[in-house]
Order: sequence, then structure tokens, then C-alpha cells
Amino acid sequence: MPLNELSVVDYLNKMNNREISAEQVLKDIFNQIDRIDKTVKSYLYLNKEEALSEAKKIDQKIKNNDIPPLAGLPVAINDNICTGGMETTAASRILKGFIPPYDATVIKRIKDAGGIIIGKTNLDEFAMGISNENSAFQITLNPWDRTRVPGGASGGSAAAVAADETLIALGTDTGGSVRLPASFCGISAIKPTYGRISRYGVIGCASSLEQIGIMGKGIKDLAILMNVISGYDELDSTSSHISTPDFLLSCREGINNLKFGIPKEFFSQDLDRGVKEKVIDSINRISQLGGKIEEVSLPNMEYALPAYSIIAMAEASSNLAKFDGISYGLRIEDSGDLEEMYLKTRGSGFGAEVIRRILLGTYVLTSNHYEDYYLKAQKIRSLIKKDFENVFKKFDLLIGPASPVPPFKLGEKEDEPLAQILAEIYTSPVNMAGLPAISINCGFTEKERLPVGLQIIGPPFQEEKILRVAYNLEQELKEINSVKPDLSF
Amino acid sequence: MGNDTVIGLEIHVQLLTKTKIFCNCSTDYFDQEPNSHTCPVCLGLPGSLPVLNKKAVDFAILTALALNCHINESNIFHRKNYFYPDLPKAYQISQFDRPLAENGFLEIRTEKSAESRNIRINRAHMEEDAGKLIHLERDGKTSSSLVDYNRSGIPLLEIVTEPDIQSSEEAIVFLQTLRSIVQYLGVCDGNLERGSMRCDANISIRNKENGELGTKTELKNMNSFRAIRQALDFEITRQRRLIEQGGKVLQETRRWDESSGKTVFMRSKEEALDYRYFPEPDLLPLFISQSWIESIENNIPELPDERKERFMKDYKLPHYDANRLVEVKPLGDYFERAAKNYNNYKQLANWILGELLCYLGQENIDIDKSPITPVALIELLELIDRGVISGKIAKNIFEEMFKTGQSAALLVEKSGSTQISNKEEIDDIIEKVVRDNCETVQDYISGKEKAIHFLVGQVMRYTKGRAQPDMVLSLLRERIDKT
Ligand SMILES: [Zn+2]
Repeated sequence: MPLNELSVVDYLNKMNNREISAEQVLKDIFNQIDRIDKTVKSYLYLNKEEALSEAKKIDQKIKNNDIPPLAGLPVAINDNICTGGMETTAASRILKGFIPPYDATVIKRIKDAGGIIIGKTNLDEFAMGISNENSAFQITLNPWDRTRVPGGASGGSAAAVAADETLIALGTDTGGSVRLPASFCGISAIKPTYGRISRYGVIGCASSLEQIGIMGKGIKDLAILMNVISGYDELDSTSSHISTPDFLLSCREGINNLKFGIPKEFFSQDLDRGVKEKVIDSINRISQLGGKIEEVSLPNMEYALPAYSIIAMAEASSNLAKFDGISYGLRIEDSGDLEEMYLKTRGSGFGAEVIRRILLGTYVLTSNHYEDYYLKAQKIRSLIKKDFENVFKKFDLLIGPASPVPPFKLGEKEDEPLAQILAEIYTSPVNMAGLPAISINCGFTEKERLPVGLQIIGPPFQEEKILRVAYNLEQELKEINSVKPDLSF
Repeated sequence: MGNDTVIGLEIHVQLLTKTKIFCNCSTDYFDQEPNSHTCPVCLGLPGSLPVLNKKAVDFAILTALALNCHINESNIFHRKNYFYPDLPKAYQISQFDRPLAENGFLEIRTEKSAESRNIRINRAHMEEDAGKLIHLERDGKTSSSLVDYNRSGIPLLEIVTEPDIQSSEEAIVFLQTLRSIVQYLGVCDGNLERGSMRCDANISIRNKENGELGTKTELKNMNSFRAIRQALDFEITRQRRLIEQGGKVLQETRRWDESSGKTVFMRSKEEALDYRYFPEPDLLPLFISQSWIESIENNIPELPDERKERFMKDYKLPHYDANRLVEVKPLGDYFERAAKNYNNYKQLANWILGELLCYLGQENIDIDKSPITPVALIELLELIDRGVISGKIAKNIFEEMFKTGQSAALLVEKSGSTQISNKEEIDDIIEKVVRDNCETVQDYISGKEKAIHFLVGQVMRYTKGRAQPDMVLSLLRERIDKT
């Protein structure tokens, strides 16, 4: 088996047993990238030389019996997370050529633990989108069906994991941006509780909603990276002081007697029949494993999406204002007039979807409309939080689909601004409440054999329980999940 | 018809924390290499996040308490959104409807009025300072602009008064009192010229007959007490004339133009920006507990009023001297450092408030940078007290000390201006004066007591002032009585 197909668990075992070297694994990864990324287009930037020299250093260390926790593990990073000395664009023309002078906290923690950053992956511009078609630079294809989208916003990371172009990857999740592409690409992804992982170094769009997520081939892989990057960061005021447990340990236990709520709002008419089938199949398996299943209601869910959109756009309009052509990134000036420089730089630096959201976000924050939109949306946000709090009084976890639809065709939803948001109907309420959730592949639609993601949602800081259930389910679904996308092109 | 002037002030006070409000960069930015005190946070680089400096909150609470404000327990930071090159994030982290402090007052007393008055404080809130633009000129036109972010992220406390101020004089006294307080608290150096304290003003005229408040204008760009007074006076007159002539004051922002001595139109109400305030999602709400407030309350240092009382009591200084000495904290400090080893307090105060301030003012030097240290000054004063030099000569010596930084003793010795205390030396001169002024001597002998002063003056002239007048007087009497 080529070493780029390894899981993180297997990688670390083999490294600890001195069966493989970090350099060998990296070479296989870069071979795979060389072979298929012309087509799949997961990566915006490759850190090949530096990664290889880093791998050699780590191999040398290991020879001297100094094995760092991640032992040279190759990690791909969504291009909206700052990597010192490495171009970071958030897939936007306005940041083309921007090289951050510092590492995001997660990058620092991965490096400190002996992980290796192999490159930067594609995404929808400033993480705004559900298909990766909003990237200013390239469109990533779904490795399972190259006529379809990989999902977004963190589609590059999802495709890279699915196509064995990395062992594991980081993405960001504002309203479903790691869970949706994971669902579309048949991999697993966790969005931890808001505050669990430092946001320092994430090119922020919707500060109160977004969290860094981990995208991988298996549940234990996610747990291993969670252990490394979680925990309080003095550089992020919103990061939590809560202690980081050993997430890997949580995968050991069974799920007997856990109570699962099935929100009926997650099985509305928006849900694709093929997706529904697979999700219900997994719910049955959980029940067979000893989980207690009951239908629940989250009554305010129908207001979640518009409220989410208003908050996300309002915050984005402010967060993206700093891209003004003054001290970094793109600047277009030909008249020497400041106002004109602003207009031209921002007008041509941002793509259509980003401009649409900045305009709407600006509108809802103007003093005339603040109360009608932003303030109302915040009130709905409180109601949604309350809904979740209420059900978690009785249930350990909630289960439902991650996406209402399987991956759609390229270009299919390009002209439907609303569809961009509708795909996040089951994932964005989780961000509104700051909860942890996972998406795990639970099979393939009968008709088109497209991946389907199951979403497991937990109360704040209960990632252990989520991982535990996901791992048990993963073992049940082993056979189904042993299929790989056909990459023999 | 006596219409009233109505003035409200908005004062930005830079807080003297060691580091900036949301990052660890040093706040010691003045006269430093541009952009040398910056980091991803205060440069607003993508991905950077603010972390609140608790010391800035301490300073803000301390100031608000000294202004008799109510401190709000639950504080929220808001984003104030607008585009300008000196604002790296294109929003300023500030406070909006949940400011740190509200409902305070500051007692002021102008020189004219016998009674003191309270100026109410509407609110005081925390925010971050912006960077600074430097415009390069070619052929009298701006050719390019540079931006220095060293000042970006310096903590500010914005203090907003109610429109209680009735004249430019009151405004100045309010600002002087406030400056004095922040200096005493150690939260700000209060330097208007450097911008560590900045003041905008809202001005309107109230119709005395119907009590109606006129439209207000906002005044900006006043960088000294002098500018503030001139700008306010100009604007008050402008509005009064406009009203008298049946015109209308328009709601607008005006800028003080130092060179023309006028306030000029900047922007109208319609052009005012919508700042799209909303809660800063990158910061958690700030809760200020009662115990936090108490711990600061218990450590409020001596304030100017208390110090004035103490100066009057401990040093037996008159109210005027004490008041002037305590107004600028470093001046009071200077006095106290000197008074530690010198107890002719009134003489000390006279010299500090007279000669020292005069020379410092001429050279525009701050008291804490005075070339004459407290120790050096008392050395000079002791020479006077011991009769080594006269007060008149001391003034010359003082000037030399100020210019050269040399000690009084050294300069006195160099100039040979030590008083003649040698009796024989003076006797010779007295002998000569008595001989040359027979008539005057006769006048004195015949009872014209005053005549002797003329003789003393003559002796002093011959000694070039180096004799001690008392000694000359008694020696003269002795000499004449002998005849
Ligand atoms: Zn800084």
C-alpha cells in the first residue's frame, strides 16, 4: 500500500515501530499530488522543499530516540489559516501574494508537536460558499465524481484527504464548512465547541461562529489532532480555559445506554431521499449498539438559517473591511485618490459572493436597520441556544444528516445565492449555538453512489462523547467505508 | 441681549500603560522609528485577534472614580466601522451603549468666580487609538502619504461632559483640572501638544428669553490650551453674530485653523458617517466586579486638591502659591524634592514660581527636564540665606546655572561675586563715601534719618552690590557716630 493512504493511527504506529520514515511518506504524498492534483485541484500552495527537509530532520531525531508526538505527520492546511512565511490567500485575489509574518496558534502547536505542513488547500473565497466554486483561483473537484463539487468552504482539504493527497487536514467551519465537504467527500470531520481551539491566525469572517475543524480518514485520527491543537490560547480571548482531555481515550468505550435525540426538523422536506435512507440506516445501527433513540423537536430551527446569514454577513462585512489596499495585499490605484483606490481595490479584489455578503452585512448593521435585522437575529440566536439546551437536558447527543443533499454537479447552484445558504440548513444552527459536532461518512446513495454524511451534535465541550459514538459507528460501517474513490486517471 | 454659551467637551486621554490595549507592543511610541512598535494585532494583519490589557481597564476605572463616575459592572466592546488609512482594521474597538463609566462630575473653580461649580460627566469609555498619517509635500501639494502605526492600539479613555460649560475660560479650567487629575493618578502625562490629551468641543448658543438651545457645531483640531481658548472664542462669536444677524447655525463639524485663527467648515451633518456599531465578537464581555473597583478605590493616590491643602498646612504656603505648585504634578514634585532638605518654604516657592517657571517657559522645557535640579536650586538659596550673595546677584547666578548646568557655588566663585563680609575692605569704601558726601552726612546727623540710605546705596555701588546692605548700614552708622 502506498504510504499516502495511511491513516494517522497507522502512520504513528509504523513510525514508532521504525517501519517507515517521515520522508518516505512525504514522497508518496507528493507523488500522489503530482499525479492527480492537476485534475482534483485541492492545493493552492505546496510547501514541498521545506516539508521534505523538515521530514529529514524528524527522521534524524527519531533515530536518536527522540520521537515527537506527531512524528512528522503530514498535515494540509486550509488557505485561510495563517502560515508564517507561506503564502496565505483565503482563496481571494485581494490577498494574492500575502505572506503572513506569523503562524496561527494551531500551526505553531502542530509544528511544536512534530507535525509537518505540506501545503495550503483551496476553499471558497474567505470561506464563503458551499462548493469551492467561489475560489478566486481554481475549482476543486470531488474525488468520488469529478463532475461534482467537493463541498465548501473547506473543499480543498476534504478532497485532499479523500484523494490521499494528505493524511489529515485542517479546515474552518462557520456554518458547516468542514462538515459539509466531509459529507460530500466521504470523510470525517469534527467542528469542536466554540472556544475549544484557538482562532488566532484564522482569517476571520464570522468571528462568533467559526471554529477550526479537523478533517480526516478516521475518527481516531481526528482525536489525535484534537489532542494537539485544543486548549486555551492567551492570544484568543474567546478560547476556553477548559482543560483538554485525552480524546483518544474516549474512543475506547461503548455507547450502551446513551440517549440520542433525532430532531424532526432535520428530516424536513428539504432532505434528499437518498441521504435520508442512509442516515436512518445509521440511526438503526446506533440503536442496535445499545443507543436509545427518540424523536425531539428544536422549535426555532426554521428561523435559524436567516438569522445565521444575517450574523455571518454582518460580521464578515466588518472583518473584511481591513482589506483596503493600504498595508498589505492587493492595491489598485491610478488616480492617487484614496476613495477611488478603496473602491477599485475592493471592487476587483473580491469575488461576487463576497461582495454580495459584504453589501448585505453592511446594510443590516446601518443604524436604521440594526434593530430589524442584527438585533433580531441575535435574539433568534438565543432562542436556538435555548432549544439545544432544553433537548440536552434529556439527551446525550443529537443525530441527523450533515447535508440535505448529496454532492451536486459543478455549476448547478452557481446562480442560486439562496442555495448557497440552504445547504447549511442542518449545520449552521450548531455554529449559532457554539456546539461541537461531527460528520462521519455513513454510506453512499443507492442510485448514484455518492457519499452521505451523518451528523452527531453534542452539548458544549462534550466532544469525547461525540467521538466515542462516531468511533463505534465507524467500526460498524467498516465494510461500507472500505471503498475508495477511483483515482486512476 | 445676553444669550448663554453652551459647551460640552469630549476629551481623549491616552492611558500610560506599558503595553498597548490589545497587544504587547510598547506604548512608548513618541519620536520612535515609524512602525517599530507594531505587531500583527496593532497592524490589523489577517488572523490577528485582540486581547484586552487589564492594566488599561485599571487605569480607566481609576480615572472614572476620580471623576465621581458610576462604574458599570457589565461592559461590552463595540466595533466602530469606518475606512481610513490610519485605522488598520477599518474599525476601531470602542464602547457604545455599555460604556465603562457614567454619571460623574468634576468640580472646577475659575479665577473670577468665588464659587466652585460641578461640570457633569456624561460618560467615560475605553477605546484604541489609531495610527498617524504623515503627508509628504512637493510644490506645496501632498505628493504622498505615509502611515505610522506606532500609535495604533494605544489605550484611550474618552471622557464626555454634559453641556455644562459656559465659557472658554471655564472650558480651559475644566481641562486644566482634568489634566492635573490624570497626572496625579499617573494614568496620563496630559500633554496636549503631543496629543496624549486631545479635546473636541460641542458649542451652541442658548436663547435666554425662551430657553431654547441653538444648533450645535463640533470643533476639532485644537492642540493646545491656547488653541482651545481661541477656537472656542472664535466659534462663540461666530455663532452669536450669525444669530444676531438673523442667520442660522448649521449642524456641522468645524476644524480650528491655527494659521488663519478661524474655525473652518469640515463636514455637514448629512456627511456624518454611519459607524455601524455592533458588539466586538473577538472579545468577551468585560465584567468589573465590586471587589475590582474597591481594590482600585483603595489605591487612589493623593489628588491635587488634597495636595494643595497639605502644602498650605505643612509648608505654610499661601493659597495662591500652593494652588499653582500643585496644578502640574511634576512641579509639585519638584517643590517637595527641594523642600525635603530646605525649610525656607516661601522663598523656595517664590523662586520656583518666579525665576524657574519663567526660564522654563521661555525655553519651552518641561519641569522634569529642568537644567536646574531641586538640589542645585536649594544650594543657591542657601547661599542667599547665609548672606554669601545677595538676592539680586542670585538672579544672575540662576541665569548662568540655567544656561550652563553648573552649580551655584562654582559660578559664585568664578564670578567673584561673593559678598564682602570682610570688615576692613568695606571700611575703606565707607571712609571714601563719607568723605565725598559731607552734606549728606550732615543731613543725617541733623536728624534726616533717610539720608543714610543714600550713603548705603553709594557703598553698594562701589562694591558692585557685593556688600551686605545690613552690614553696610550698621558700619556707616558706627563710622558717622564716631565723628
Ligand atoms: Zn502590537
